[in-house]
Amino acid sequence: MSLKRIDLLICCGSGCVSAGALKIKERFHTVLTEKGLQTEVNIIETGCMGPCDYGPVMVIYPEGIFYKTVTPEDVDEIVEEHFIKGRPVSRLMLKDEDKTIASQKEVPFYQKQVKVALANCGYIDPESLDEYIATGGYEALGMALTQMNPQGAIDVVKASGLRGRGGGGFPTHIKWQMVHDRKEDEKYIICNGDEGDPGAFMDRSLLEGDPHRILEGMMIAAYAIGASQGFFYIRAEYPLAIKRIRQAIEQAREIGLMGKNIFGTDFCFEAEVRTGAGAFVCGEETALIHSIEGNRGNPTPKPPYPAVSGLWGKPSVVNNVETFANIPTIFVKGAEWFASMGTATSKGTKVFALTGDIKNTGLVEVPMGITLREMIFDVGGGMVGGHKFKAVQLGGPSGGCLTVEHLDVPVDYESLKERGAMMGSGGVIVMNDSNCMVNVAKFFMEFCVEESCGKCSPCRIGLKQMYDILDRITSGNGKEGDIEELQRLGESVNKLSLCGLGQSAPNPVLSTIRYFRDEYESHIRDHSCGNKVCLDLMHFDIDKSRCIGCSLCARKCPVNCITGSREEKYTIHQLDCIKCGNCQDVCPVKAVDRIPGTHPEVKEQRAKQQAHNSHDD
Amino acid sequence: MKTLADLKKIREKAQEEMKLRGANVRIKIVVGMGTSGIAMGAREVMKTFLEEIANRNLTDVIVTQTGEKGLSSMEPVVDLVEEGKDKVTYGNMTPEKVKKVVVEHIVNGRIVSDYVVATGN
Repeated sequence: MSLKRIDLLICCGSGCVSAGALKIKERFHTVLTEKGLQTEVNIIETGCMGPCDYGPVMVIYPEGIFYKTVTPEDVDEIVEEHFIKGRPVSRLMLKDEDKTIASQKEVPFYQKQVKVALANCGYIDPESLDEYIATGGYEALGMALTQMNPQGAIDVVKASGLRGRGGGGFPTHIKWQMVHDRKEDEKYIICNGDEGDPGAFMDRSLLEGDPHRILEGMMIAAYAIGASQGFFYIRAEYPLAIKRIRQAIEQAREIGLMGKNIFGTDFCFEAEVRTGAGAFVCGEETALIHSIEGNRGNPTPKPPYPAVSGLWGKPSVVNNVETFANIPTIFVKGAEWFASMGTATSKGTKVFALTGDIKNTGLVEVPMGITLREMIFDVGGGMVGGHKFKAVQLGGPSGGCLTVEHLDVPVDYESLKERGAMMGSGGVIVMNDSNCMVNVAKFFMEFCVEESCGKCSPCRIGLKQMYDILDRITSGNGKEGDIEELQRLGESVNKLSLCGLGQSAPNPVLSTIRYFRDEYESHIRDHSCGNKVCLDLMHFDIDKSRCIGCSLCARKCPVNCITGSREEKYTIHQLDCIKCGNCQDVCPVKAVDRIPGTHPEVKEQRAKQQAHNSHDD
Repeated sequence: MKTLADLKKIREKAQEEMKLRGANVRIKIVVGMGTSGIAMGAREVMKTFLEEIANRNLTDVIVTQTGEKGLSSMEPVVDLVEEGKDKVTYGNMTPEKVKKVVVEHIVNGRIVSDYVVATGN
């Protein structure tokens, strides 16, 4: 029995680790040893606590005190004041207007969240099986194995209304039922941990923060469908997730939760990890299966669905990480409890990775049906830097963007789809009014062009054509009819592509055209980027009435295109300007402005160039 | 491990290790650790509480601390906070007195009135 009186939970999610959490942990070890307190304080590395923007963060029990942006220099003070004298350090606490928030429970970021999949993430030590069991872990598996038959387990999931959390939202119980009903001796259960959307880190956080929960969810699924072998497919870019899952499998094996006759029943199960090379297309289930088999990760046409002919031609279920994370709680708390949250068609909660131009970026879990407004302004804390909300991209490169008029749309599978976006795996990128939507669409299109596996021509060739048009528009060479051509191509790629990657890749372009057509038009017709993002469609200029003639801009200009004197003030020679923005950064009186539209001199030169080129032809 | 009962055993033991994080705490011992408290031996008092609780395997008791309580002449000062009951404040504590409070108050539920300096919130 220990003499511990303080549990120090240091968030070691990737956000906090890159902000220096491990150095802080080392410093705590050193200081506590110096003061002879190492027997009284438990230092625990947890998974992601969520509010990544405040990182490194930590929670100290029994009081539940929440500290943010801690540095190694703060450690001495925390030990001296908080641990020895019992006076929590208020300067490290969160401030909300004039109020200081001491307790984690009162942090506004957590107020509208409901943690089901993330219940233990940031609360337990992910490398400790005991801590997972202490929170009720493996009870669901024990109950399912000893008190239910496989059909009974499927019925529980059916009653809960759980749908796939990977993006498509296919009802989980139907997949399970299809494989359960196949009469074959071998079946497989696969966990899809090939999270690839830019800005998404839900699955990684779950695998790193609560690996046993995912394993337990997988084992219940295996029992329900009649599989005795499971595979975790995790991309190699997630080394910690891979390590933690492998460790969880070993720990489970040591106490008999893995292997033969689990809980004294006939159920036997083995699981292993397969690492992917980080190709976006391998998140598509048929491509993923080929990759596990050792073949190139290309998708194949469906049907046959994996439920009929999956891994090595055997019936297989592929479920997302978050889907598995919900399963144990559904069995412990009951399907009715789960189904009581959410909307008519979308039950339970959803984990989102909230990023972009908002105050509280991080990992959140909210009930289905919450409005975008609540998610962005209440949980996310609103926009930073006094900017206005412009758009939100849901579902990464496969999803679409929504605008101010959609802020009160409930977040569920159907509502989002109707409006041209999608739930996706849960990436949410919030954009303020300084973003150029054409440029955003180009960014996602570039990603899809890179990630297209090249097997089918609509995706391989169509996406490249769309990218070229977008590139043309953003560099000032857009033509009348380009928007219509983008729409035509987008619809063809959507209809004709083999797999989900190609089918959904035009979404960002189509949805930005739908809601921000005027921006495309001003790029094409006026050669002007209203938000001064596209470099070819904006220019820098010095306002002579504000310029003090200090010459700093001229000295810092890497191409020497600024000249002038104290009396005459300074001028940018537009033809030579490379738009690096140095002059704007160094100007002490903010006399350098970004101005939308190509400068007339540059326009004239371009026109001459074009005339010259066509003359050559 | 072969049965749900085995799992329950592991769970109970593990929960005890995690009791600081909030599940099933019956009594909270709050030791005043201001400058005067520490000068009068509050750290020794707190350590004795921790040892006694560990020795007796009291899984539903936690020890925590606070700053100056404003009773400097009676330091070290300790509060015993129990769900649904009035707070009891003991003063002039020593390791010997701690042992008696643990046996009488925490284990047997009888307040040691000789050491009490205040009750109620």
